[in-house]
Amino acid sequence: MLSDLPLFPARASTIGAGVDHLFFYLVAVALVFSTLIFGLVFYFAIRYRRRSPADKATQITSSVPLEIAWTVIPLCLSAVMFFWGASLFLRHAIAPPGSADIYVVGKQWMWKVQHPEGRREINELHVPVGRPFRLIMTSEDAIHSFFVPAFRLKQDVLPGRFTTLWFQATQVGRYHLFCSQYCGTNHSLMGGWIEVMEPVEYEHWLSRGSTGDPMQVAGAKLFERLGCSNCHQSTNQGRGPSLEGLYGRRVLLEGGGTTIADDAYIEESILKPATKVTRGYQPIMPTFQGQISEEGVFQIIAFLRSLKGERTQVVQ
Amino acid sequence: MNATAAARVLPEPLEPESRGDYLNAGYGVKSWLLTTDHKRIALLYLASITGMFFVGGAFAVLMRINLLTPDGELVSAETYNKLFTMHGLIMIFFFLIPSIPTVLGNFLLPLMIGARDVAFPRLNLLSWYIFITGATLALVSAVYGGVDTGWTFYTPFSTTYSNTHVMAMAIGVFITGFSSILTGLNFIVTMHTMRAPGLTWFRMPLFLWSLYATSLIFVLGTPVLAISLLALAVERFFGVGIFNPRLGGDPVLFQHLFWFYSHPAVYVMILPGMGVISEVVPCFARKRIFGYGFVAFSSVAIAVIGFLVWGHHMFVAGQSVYASLAFSVLSYLVAIPSAIKVFNWTATLYKGTITYDTPMLYAFGFIGLFTMGGLTGLFLAALAVDVHVHDTYFVIAHFHYIMVGGMVMAFLGGIHYWWPKISGRLYPEGWARLSALVVFLGFNLTFFPQFVLGYLGMPRRYHAYPPEFQILNVMSTAGASILGVGYLMPLIYLIWSMRYGPAAPSNPWAATGLEWQTPSPPPTENFENVPVVTEEAYAYGEERTDA
Amino acid sequence: MPETHAALAHQFEDLTQQHDAATLGMWIFLVTEVMFFGGLFAGYTMYRAEYPAAFAAGSRLCEVALGASNTLILITSSLTMALAVSGAQRGRRRLTLVFLGLTMTLGALFLGVKFLEYFHKFQEHLIPGPNFGYTGLSARQVELFICFYFGLTGLHALHMIIGLGVVTVMIVLTWRGRFSSAHYAPIEVAGLYWHFVDIVWIFLFPLLYLVDLHR
Repeated sequence: MLSDLPLFPARASTIGAGVDHLFFYLVAVALVFSTLIFGLVFYFAIRYRRRSPADKATQITSSVPLEIAWTVIPLCLSAVMFFWGASLFLRHAIAPPGSADIYVVGKQWMWKVQHPEGRREINELHVPVGRPFRLIMTSEDAIHSFFVPAFRLKQDVLPGRFTTLWFQATQVGRYHLFCSQYCGTNHSLMGGWIEVMEPVEYEHWLSRGSTGDPMQVAGAKLFERLGCSNCHQSTNQGRGPSLEGLYGRRVLLEGGGTTIADDAYIEESILKPATKVTRGYQPIMPTFQGQISEEGVFQIIAFLRSLKGERTQVVQ
Repeated sequence: MNATAAARVLPEPLEPESRGDYLNAGYGVKSWLLTTDHKRIALLYLASITGMFFVGGAFAVLMRINLLTPDGELVSAETYNKLFTMHGLIMIFFFLIPSIPTVLGNFLLPLMIGARDVAFPRLNLLSWYIFITGATLALVSAVYGGVDTGWTFYTPFSTTYSNTHVMAMAIGVFITGFSSILTGLNFIVTMHTMRAPGLTWFRMPLFLWSLYATSLIFVLGTPVLAISLLALAVERFFGVGIFNPRLGGDPVLFQHLFWFYSHPAVYVMILPGMGVISEVVPCFARKRIFGYGFVAFSSVAIAVIGFLVWGHHMFVAGQSVYASLAFSVLSYLVAIPSAIKVFNWTATLYKGTITYDTPMLYAFGFIGLFTMGGLTGLFLAALAVDVHVHDTYFVIAHFHYIMVGGMVMAFLGGIHYWWPKISGRLYPEGWARLSALVVFLGFNLTFFPQFVLGYLGMPRRYHAYPPEFQILNVMSTAGASILGVGYLMPLIYLIWSMRYGPAAPSNPWAATGLEWQTPSPPPTENFENVPVVTEEAYAYGEERTDA
Repeated sequence: MPETHAALAHQFEDLTQQHDAATLGMWIFLVTEVMFFGGLFAGYTMYRAEYPAAFAAGSRLCEVALGASNTLILITSSLTMALAVSGAQRGRRRLTLVFLGLTMTLGALFLGVKFLEYFHKFQEHLIPGPNFGYTGLSARQVELFICFYFGLTGLHALHMIIGLGVVTVMIVLTWRGRFSSAHYAPIEVAGLYWHFVDIVWIFLFPLLYLVDLHR
């Protein structure tokens, strides 16, 4: 039965080794200092035990060199911990170029995953080994958190906002997915599995099964259905700016200032349009809050990303 | 050697008229409920927080039993969610935060500075009534089904999605906060204006330095919690969107406001314990404390830096990377003063002459377990590691090592150390040492496996879990049952000693400090004449007569 | 042997110690109030940085004339309060009563104007909640501004009401001759509180009423 006693999690991502090594360093420091303190207390308690009422203490009550030593040494050890942890964290903050995006929506109490090629999953995420993926995530209701212990990664997912998490799986296998931000009754059940597969099998899996439209196609249909194309025409003659080639470019804003047209900008423009108005246009776009789902927003984003074209911003 | 070993004979209870102490200065419920005597108020708090401790503990017992099986069959998911929420709320707001300040702080502060009472005795009583009001509201809310938001009340779950009595509980905690604020205010004014002649700041016992630092946090931090809970209640009641993105708000703002208080709150929950250790160790090693100035300033440093680290609870919450870097650095800085204290306590033992009385046993336990808890805090301050262990059982193990392995042991140590002064009785030393050992063993078995569970990835606030985590959970529950026994024992024998314990002399431990210059228990006015202080703190090693 | 005086509480050695304790106590209490309001100010600052246009629009919904009048009323009441404390310091009972009375009148006037403002908001359906009546762009963010308006001014008004209670008690006690030049700490401490409530308003007024005024 003791062989069933798990002591250390599987490691299946590129950042896993770095995190584990820092963890081992922390364990080593903790072991050394715990042993030191427990040991000293134990030793002193016995060595200096009062054996007769006449025993007297030796009143040594200060030593500035000692105080400095036991301030500086912990500071140095902590500095190592900080820089090591920060460096891993920073290096992992931006997804590498060429990462494929996968869209995730958390809601009470399930995870909805959408591959751009069209395949959807509930509570499972299939990925091939050895390729970087960026999860673009949001919540429909409360705050959740996407946690994969084997990857040593988690990220809170928030309503009304996107958060991202990137990883590259290093080992084929089936790993736990947990929700790790308390979100109500079935928080403990809001989990599933990450299936890391060989690349060839992943391609098979992707093309199999009932799929919906690829996201950009779904997004194009939504763009029509919601009437976006009435104002956002490709000729720049409409009441709203053309969205050709918009994604990733710099946008000039009314009232001065610029911004980059990224995922967050597009989501904000759909849900809170008056927040950033493109220069030369009137603030007349209505909000689509309540009329479009989180998946719908993701589909529009995918659609806009697919729009190539020269970007000309007309300033009137 | 115990100075009073020879005196352990069961006495007849003394006639009330022959004792002119605070316990006998008036009888009847009114004399207690309308008292302005800081010592009686301390006992009112002691009774209240002990009651709340066992309520919170009962919830923990149910949780641990539920976690014996992976599917969590003892209680439903809804009930479990309420249990962990109520356990957290009660233990934090109604036990740990008040514990040492309102019981030992209230009792000892005037005695330690040679004053007759605190600066504002009626405000002190009001603080207790405010506490009782908030606690009653919390208990009523519990009886009517409780709350299931987690003690952290994160939005928008707490404002929009929870169907439980969030308003009542938030208001209960809001009200109780004023009890802390007024207590902190009282203590700061008392320490500034009412110290006896000759008692300079650097002659004060270190317990008072800790109490001062704690009071600073009470006064500066609690109001921010108050406004956070008020905003939460307004949002929930009026349906507005301060924290709700659908209505224009930002849920992460709540987290910033909440943790701005709740992080310093954890220093409220450990500084007074550190203060107790600073009193106990010199006494039972018969040695002046090592590095008085360093220990004193480290208390203040912990309070100050403690206000700058709240974002380390939010590394994965959607906070900016730069903010996370800053909070990580500061979190390492705040650990250093605590380390300095541990080294100074340990150095105090060197070449001392040490006895193993119960308070000292608790102090030994504190030093070891607080060290472990503090070291695991360093894991959490490391950004990349925290990403993995945040919101897992690793965090739960970390804070229980500090709060239970640290603070509760310090509380018990302090209660035993000053018990003769408070009650006028001696507790049974044999039983007390045994329960200290039971607590130590039970505690470690309960919480050490949780470090392993956390790194394995078991999230917190889980009512059910994957089957491979069962063995570690069973170990933890086994430990909890032992720990529970360890806590019941003092409850029994301390109450027993109030009637049957031997009468205590004024200074059974031959300790330094003005509180030991009064009879056990002290008269209502504490001192007939204001004492004049001429020696440094912890003047052990000078010639002095034992009590 | 502690000095005896009718007003000396048993825990203090002399009236000076008692006075020092009272004033220090009130200063600390005011610090807690700064932190209390500070949380709301922090939230306001964050949202205003995020939605400047909406907050400007919301500010234009506030009645500057009434707010400005209230600012004048409150500053004057701080003057009368300071004069009351000065009178108490010099043992001038009648003078103290006059100025305390004036302070109270001005405070009540302030609250009256505030009530009028709230009433107007109610009439224009500008109470946050499901029935919020503003339908321009960024309506949700304007509603957020109005939440802060009611939160900040409401909390302030609550402190004013408490302040009026305190001043009333001071009037009664002064009338009964409880204070003298040796013992007037309660009035001084009440004065500190009143000045604080005034200062909070000095911050509230421009932040709520004067955003983007020139438009």
